[in-house]
Amino acid sequence: MEPFRVHTGVVAPLDQADIDTDQIIPKQFLKSIAREGYGDFLFHDWRTEDSGVINPAFILNRESYRGASILLTGRNFGCGSSREHAAWALRDFGFRAILAPSFADIFRENADQNGLAALSLEESVVRELLARAQSEAPLRLTVDLEQCTVADSGTLVASFEIDDFRKMCLLEGLDRIGLTLRQVEAISSFEQQRWPNRPEAAPEEPF
Amino acid sequence: MIGDQPSTLLDKIWNNHLVHADPGAPDLLYVDLHLLHEVTSAQAFDGLEVTGRTVRRPDLCVATVDHNIPTTDRSLPVLDSIARRQMEVLRENAQSHGIRLFDVDDERQGIVHVIGPELGLTRPGMVIVCGDSHTSTHGAFGALSFGIGTSEVEHVLATQCIPQRRPKAMEIRLKGDRPIGISAKDLILAIIGEVGVSGAAGHVIEYTGPVVGSLSMEERMTICNMSIEAGARAGMISPDTTTFEYLKGREFGPSSDEFADLTMEWGSLKTDDGATFDRSVVMDVSDLEPQVTWGTNPGMVTGISGRVPNPDEIEDEEVRDSAERALTYMGLGPGTPMESINVDRVFVGSCTNGRLEDLREVARIVNGKRVHSGVHAMVVPGSTAVRHQAELEGLDRVFKDAGFEWREAGCSMCIGMNPDTLSAGERCASTTNRNFEGRQGRGGRTHLVSPATAAATALAGRFTDPRSS
Repeated sequence: MEPFRVHTGVVAPLDQADIDTDQIIPKQFLKSIAREGYGDFLFHDWRTEDSGVINPAFILNRESYRGASILLTGRNFGCGSSREHAAWALRDFGFRAILAPSFADIFRENADQNGLAALSLEESVVRELLARAQSEAPLRLTVDLEQCTVADSGTLVASFEIDDFRKMCLLEGLDRIGLTLRQVEAISSFEQQRWPNRPEAAPEEPF
Repeated sequence: MIGDQPSTLLDKIWNNHLVHADPGAPDLLYVDLHLLHEVTSAQAFDGLEVTGRTVRRPDLCVATVDHNIPTTDRSLPVLDSIARRQMEVLRENAQSHGIRLFDVDDERQGIVHVIGPELGLTRPGMVIVCGDSHTSTHGAFGALSFGIGTSEVEHVLATQCIPQRRPKAMEIRLKGDRPIGISAKDLILAIIGEVGVSGAAGHVIEYTGPVVGSLSMEERMTICNMSIEAGARAGMISPDTTTFEYLKGREFGPSSDEFADLTMEWGSLKTDDGATFDRSVVMDVSDLEPQVTWGTNPGMVTGISGRVPNPDEIEDEEVRDSAERALTYMGLGPGTPMESINVDRVFVGSCTNGRLEDLREVARIVNGKRVHSGVHAMVVPGSTAVRHQAELEGLDRVFKDAGFEWREAGCSMCIGMNPDTLSAGERCASTTNRNFEGRQGRGGRTHLVSPATAAATALAGRFTDPRSS
């Protein structure tokens, strides 16, 4: 996983609350067995008209947001289905960070697993930045995970809080499975202690 | 109690599964049952291959095909070659890792959250995960059960553990008397309307109160299933005699010799008197009426006698914007009475409402009647076992005589990954769990309702209070 430390990029403002994962990547694109290649389908039904042609009004299709790598959006981003394809699509499109007042739990975890920094800012700060990203496009911001700050050409515009463990995983691009496997003895001993008392958890014969 | 401390059900299950805790890091929880399906597992198995890891406990994994499987004739090949490949890959992965698969031709195939309970795989006190957000369904048995992403699926395959921060505990206490004709679906839609679609984020909900205790297991599953639509990590209901009775005689359920000991142990799976929740919500259900959604998330809901709201009357700017956008998408004007809205399609099925009791309820209402001439209606059973039992009871005849299509088991039009979808502009009364834009097909307009309301609506061609039909 690519580590996330400091990233500077153009901000795309998507001013809407409760954006669900069906919007981020519609279900017809979930049939692939690959972990990559979803960028073209990001926000598919919003980016294209019913006829399949590009919808010029949609924010990511506008010239001033071309190459945007920071998504700024409303509260509860990523609600709904657990599809990690949503995080893959955002990453494949070129986003490195998502700034919003809040995120749905499963989405935030999926973002973490892919080095996509889903960071919560105060709602009032998000509103302010949304207005600026619309009126001053292209607005370029710098997200510094180490310092927990968002800055505009060196001027601090926001700071955020993040759980130390999440921060470390993102900063280091850590393999989470590798971390758990360090506890393999604890897992084995848990399995041995648990099952004599918990026959329901251990089928007598493998399925 | 944990030690001498009164504890919540969540804490008890959590502590029972705690493998390792490091200060500052998420707790490592042991997973008792890992359910898999075709859409969110391929990349996880692939990841194992790349890193040279193996499946730690294939005996604690169970797989099935449900999401993109066609619900038409199973003897025909799957026409969608990409979907077909995804199912083949699951087959290959299950075989090479020694994981039991309930394949398309297996009597036990079905929607993963329908077959888990039905086969007795789901049990009280377990930690259950699956790469699907509606895994919250299994919480109906007093299990801690939640959806995970594909990287986490890989994590659980490799370690049989999942790192998790302990969520907060939220109580939703239902009080009053449930009015006759009000279903579990109406209860949970009303709860989401009250709490909001992100209102329970970061929490595990425990549903309590006498109303909850009086629900059947299938009704409890409907409620826990949609906990995720309120943003919750999981939903749960403390197990009781209803739970234990349900578990008797299930294929993978406890044997009769185990039962006495287990019920004793399961009896302690409850929140102790004096334990505190991080948050409590009390709802009186006495005046509830059948619920219908009007917008594009499950929290945009009203009673059947209600009207589409007027966004101008909403104070919060973001909520107002969402409502305006929803009305445009749904093609509805402010103030429109719900009962005046015509539908083109009716869908009965899904992990929310595709179980036998749901089908019986629909059959009771449509028996001897005909679906409205302007409506295309279908019933998709939640599992092959549900389908067969329904056929034994003659429900399929009732449906077909009334003009419903009767299909094979799968997720079908709940997610629309297979050919069962809405066309742009089509309006559907659906017993499913999500009314997001495009959920059932691009431009499709989904209204979430109970099976009874879906049935009454199919007959009348417009949203109808099932208590009057």
